[in-house]
Amino acid sequence: MSRSINWRGFVHAWSVHIDFPLFRITMLLMAGGLLTVFSATWSGQERMPSQLLNMAAAVCLMFVVARIPPQRLMQLAWPMYLFGLVLLILVMLFGIKVNGAKRWLSLGFTRIQPSEIMKIAMPLAMAWYFHHFENRRWFSKYFGALMILLVPSALIAKQPDLGTAILVFSAGFYVIFLAGLSWWVIGGLTGAAVAVAPFAWNFLHDYQQKRILTLIDPTSDSLGSGYHIIQSTIAIGSGGVIGKGYMSGTQAQLEFIPEKHTDFIFAVFAEEWGMIGNVILVILYGFLIERGLRISLRASTTFNRLLAGSITMGFFTYAFVNMGMVSGILPVVGVPLPFISYGGTALVTLCTGLGILMSIETHRTNR
Amino acid sequence: MAHFEDRDASQKFQGRLSTASVIMLIAFFILVLRFFWLGVVQNSYYTTRAEDNRLTLVPVVPNRGLIFDRNGVLMATNTSAYTLEIVPGRVGPIDQTIEELSKVVTIEGKDKRRFKQLLREAKTFESIPIRSRLAEEEVARFAAQRYRFPGVEVRARLFRSYPLGETASHALGYMGRINTKDLERIDEEGQAANYRGTDHIGKAGLEQRYEFEMHGVSGFESVEVDAGGRGIRVLSRTPPVSGNNLNLTIDAKLQQVAETAFGKRRGALVAIDPENGEILALVSMPTYDPNLFVDGIRSDDWDVLNTDINKPLLNRAIYGAYPPGSTFKPFMALGALATGKRTPQQAISDPGYFNLGNHTFRDDKKGGHGMVNMYTSIVHSCDTYYYTLANDWGINGIADFMGQMGFGSKTGIDIDGESRGILPSEAWKQRRFKRPEQQKWYAGETISIGIGQGYNSYTMMQLAQATAILANNGVGYKPHLVRSISDVRSGGVREIPLEKTHEVALKPEHIEVIKNAMIGVNKEGTGTKAFAGAKYVAAGKTGTAQVFSLNGGNYSHGGTKEFLRDHALFIAFAPADKPKIALAVIVENAGFGATSAAPITRQVFDYYLQGIVPKGPAPDEPGEPVPELRDMANYVDHQDDDYDAQKVLNTPTPGPFVRMPASTQALPVRKKP
Repeated sequence: MSRSINWRGFVHAWSVHIDFPLFRITMLLMAGGLLTVFSATWSGQERMPSQLLNMAAAVCLMFVVARIPPQRLMQLAWPMYLFGLVLLILVMLFGIKVNGAKRWLSLGFTRIQPSEIMKIAMPLAMAWYFHHFENRRWFSKYFGALMILLVPSALIAKQPDLGTAILVFSAGFYVIFLAGLSWWVIGGLTGAAVAVAPFAWNFLHDYQQKRILTLIDPTSDSLGSGYHIIQSTIAIGSGGVIGKGYMSGTQAQLEFIPEKHTDFIFAVFAEEWGMIGNVILVILYGFLIERGLRISLRASTTFNRLLAGSITMGFFTYAFVNMGMVSGILPVVGVPLPFISYGGTALVTLCTGLGILMSIETHRTNR
Repeated sequence: MAHFEDRDASQKFQGRLSTASVIMLIAFFILVLRFFWLGVVQNSYYTTRAEDNRLTLVPVVPNRGLIFDRNGVLMATNTSAYTLEIVPGRVGPIDQTIEELSKVVTIEGKDKRRFKQLLREAKTFESIPIRSRLAEEEVARFAAQRYRFPGVEVRARLFRSYPLGETASHALGYMGRINTKDLERIDEEGQAANYRGTDHIGKAGLEQRYEFEMHGVSGFESVEVDAGGRGIRVLSRTPPVSGNNLNLTIDAKLQQVAETAFGKRRGALVAIDPENGEILALVSMPTYDPNLFVDGIRSDDWDVLNTDINKPLLNRAIYGAYPPGSTFKPFMALGALATGKRTPQQAISDPGYFNLGNHTFRDDKKGGHGMVNMYTSIVHSCDTYYYTLANDWGINGIADFMGQMGFGSKTGIDIDGESRGILPSEAWKQRRFKRPEQQKWYAGETISIGIGQGYNSYTMMQLAQATAILANNGVGYKPHLVRSISDVRSGGVREIPLEKTHEVALKPEHIEVIKNAMIGVNKEGTGTKAFAGAKYVAAGKTGTAQVFSLNGGNYSHGGTKEFLRDHALFIAFAPADKPKIALAVIVENAGFGATSAAPITRQVFDYYLQGIVPKGPAPDEPGEPVPELRDMANYVDHQDDDYDAQKVLNTPTPGPFVRMPASTQALPVRKKP
C-alpha cells in the first residue's frame, strides 16, 4: 500500500554515476563563477540568477549523461558527428550573420550554434574511429582521422569562429595524439605548420590578423582590439598579490574591462583576488584535469580512454587559452573560462563533457 | 570489442598521457609566471595605470577678483547664472537633441552657431553651453522634461558682470573665451596648470592687464570616473583661492558724470589727480557694454560694435592720437620761459600773419591781435605769437622740452593699447621716412608745430599727463588706474607704489605766469562762457584740431561731412592754486574748441570739486552749435590751424587713430563725397 517513492533507491541510482571528486571541483569552480558573475554584473543587468539556472540545467544534463553507458555513447558517436557536420554545412549555406560572423542556424523559434555540438561530437567520433581502426595501416588510419578532424574545423574557422575551431580541432587532435601518432609525424606537421604559417596568415580575416598583431603590441591599437588586452592586463597587474577585494576592483566596477562577465571574466576575478586567487584557480583546474586524466588512465576500452583523455585536455585548452588571452600572452579568441564565464551554451557543452567522464568512470566497475 | 589486453599499447597510452600532463603543467606554470610578472613584478606600474584610469583631476575654477572704484563702488563682479549645457559624448544625434530642446527652451540660430563653434574646439566629454542666462521659468520647464534629455544639464555658472554697464568699459575691458594667443600668454606666465579649468580670460583693459592678479588659484577635485568618463564620486577636494580684488583710482560717479556730459558726442577725456598720477576718469565715447562679451559675444552684437561708424570698441583716450591744437600753446610758452626764449613781458605786434620766405602763415583773427605778450597770447590764443616763437626756438628745442613734459612717449598707464603719438623733431623725421628728401626737416614745418598742428599728434592721456605735470609744478607721476590690490583671503592690501616719472626743472615764477594766463582763459578768454559762475578757480586752454582726410576710408559713410569737422579740445586743472584734478578732453568733429569741450570740463569739475550732479549732457550738441558761442569762438579761437600753411607744406596732419604710414605717398587719398 505504501506508494511512497523509495528515495534512498532513487538517490542511489543517480548518485552511483556521479564521480564525486570531479563533482566537488566543478561545484567549487561554479561557485566562484557565480560570485564573479555577480560582481561583474550587479550594477548593470544582473546575470547571476540566470547563470544559476544555466548551471542547474547543465548539472542536470551532466547527471543524465553520466547514466548513459559508454557503449551507448559509442553508438551515438557517428550519428552525432554527421548530424553536426550537416548542420555546419547548412550554417555555411543558410546561416544567420551576426556581427560579420555566420555561426547560427535559425529554427524559427530559436537559434542554435552547430559548432558547439562538434565540441562533443569530434572527440566521440575520433575516439570511435581509433577504437575501430586501431590496427589499420598507419597511413590510411591517419588519413581518415585527418579528414574527420579538418572538415568540421575548417567549416567552423570559416564562419569565422577561431575560438571554437581551435577547441574542436584540439579535441580531435588530442585523440590522435593519445592514439599514438608518431612523434616524427607530429614533428613534421609542426614544421609544416610553421612553414605554411605565412600563407595561412593571408587566409585569416582582418580582425583575426589584428588580434594577433595587437598581442605583439597592444598599444598599436589602444582604442580598438588592443583595448581589451590593455585593460585586462591592467586589471590583473593592479590586483597585485592579494587582490583588491571582492567587488572592489576598480577596473571591473568602473566598466574599463570589456565583456567582463563573459570572455574577460578572468580579469574581474584576478583584480579582486590577486595572484593568490589566480594560483588557486589554476590549481583547481589542475585538480580537474588530474582527475580526468586518472579516469582516462583507468578506462577499460580504447574508446573510453581516448574520449576521456581528449575531453580532459579540452578543459585544459579552455582554461589555458582563456587565461592566456586575458593576461595577454595569447591572441584574443572567443573562448570562455570554463565553469566561470557567463553563458548557458558553454556550460551545457562543458557539463556534457563532465557527464561523459563520469559515465566512463562509473560504468567501469559495474560493466 | 577490442579490450586493452596489449601491454605495449597500454604503456604507450600511459606515456602519451604523461607527456600531455607535463605539457599542461608547463603551460599552467607559464600562466602562473605571467600572473607573477603582472601582479607582483609590474604591480606598481599597473596600479598606477588603474588609478589613472579611475581618477580624474577636475579643476575647480576660482572666483575672479572684484573691481571697485576709489570709493568702494563695485564695478566688476561675478554673478551666477543658469546655463543649459550638452555633453556631446552622452547625447544621441546632436542636431536632433537641439531640435527637441528648442521646443522646451528658446534656442536661437546664433546660440546654435556659437554651440557648433565651441563643439569643434571641445572634447566630446566636455560640457558645452548651448544657452546661457536661462530664466527661472525656462529652468523649471526644462527640469520637468529632463528625463527626455540624457547628457543635457542645467548648470549654475559664474559669469563676470559689470553692474555699471557701459560705465568705464574702456578702462575695465572685457572678458572672452581663451583662444590660442591667450594660451601662449598663459604658457609664458607659467600658468598653464592653473588655467586648466578656466575658459574665460581678460581680453582688454584692466581685465587683461591684471588677469593673473584677479584669476586666483584653481582648486582641484579628485573624481572617480568610469570608462565612459562619467564622474562617480568626489574623493578629495583642494579648494580654489579667489583672485585678488582691484581698487581703482577711478571715481565711478565722476566717470558717469563725464560720460553723460558727452551725450551722443564722440571723444575722449582723461582726468588725473596731479599730485599722484591717479586717473580719476578715463572716458572714451561712445562706450560699449562689456556684459555682452561675458560668455562669448554673439556675432550680431559683435557686428554692431565692430561696424559702428563711431567705433565704440576703440579706446580713444589712450589709442587715439590727435593734434593738440591750441592746447599746446601753454606748454610752448612755458618752454619759452624755461629756455629763456621769451620773457613774460616781451610783446610782439601781431599783424595777423607771419611770413617765412614767401609763405604766409595766417592768424585766425583778420588784422591781428595788436600788441601781444605771453599772457594775452594764451588768453586770446594768438597764433602769430607762437609762429614767431616756434621759428625762434627751432624744432629740436621744442621737441626736447615737450619730451620732458611727456609728449611723444607712452605714459605707462596700466592698460594695454596705448599709442606713443608723434613728437616731431629732425631725428623723428629721419626715422620716420625713407627717402632723403622726405627725411629733411624744413624750417617752414616748425611754424605750425608752434600752434599744435603739423606733425604733432598726441593722445588725450599724454595731454592730460602734461597738464597734470604743469599743474603740479613740473613733477609728474606715472598715471595709473589701480590704486591697490587686496588679497581676499589674508585681508592684506598691497598699495601700488607711486612712481615719479617727470621732474621738469621749472622756476616757480614761470609756472605762475602760465597758470595765471590759463586762469585768464576762463575769466576773460575763450573759456569764459563755460566757466561763468564757477565757485572755484579753474585754469584752462581751448584748442581746435583740424581733421585731415586721412581716415577717409573709414569715414566715407553718409556722415562724411560731419566727420570732417574739426575736433574740439580743452585742457584744464582746478582749483588753480592747489590743483586736485587735471584733465584733457577732446570732442571729435565738434567744430570749435570752447563750445563743446569746455562745458564738459565744467560739469566734471563741478561734480568733482563741489559734488554738483549735472542734469544732462553738457550743452552744444555737435552740428547744432549754440549761435552766440559759435560767434565767440569765431572771434577768438576759430581756425587755429593754418590751411594755407598745410597746403604749402604738403604735410597732412595725422588724424585720430591712424598711424602714420612709412611714406606719405602711401597715405590714403581723401575720397570726394
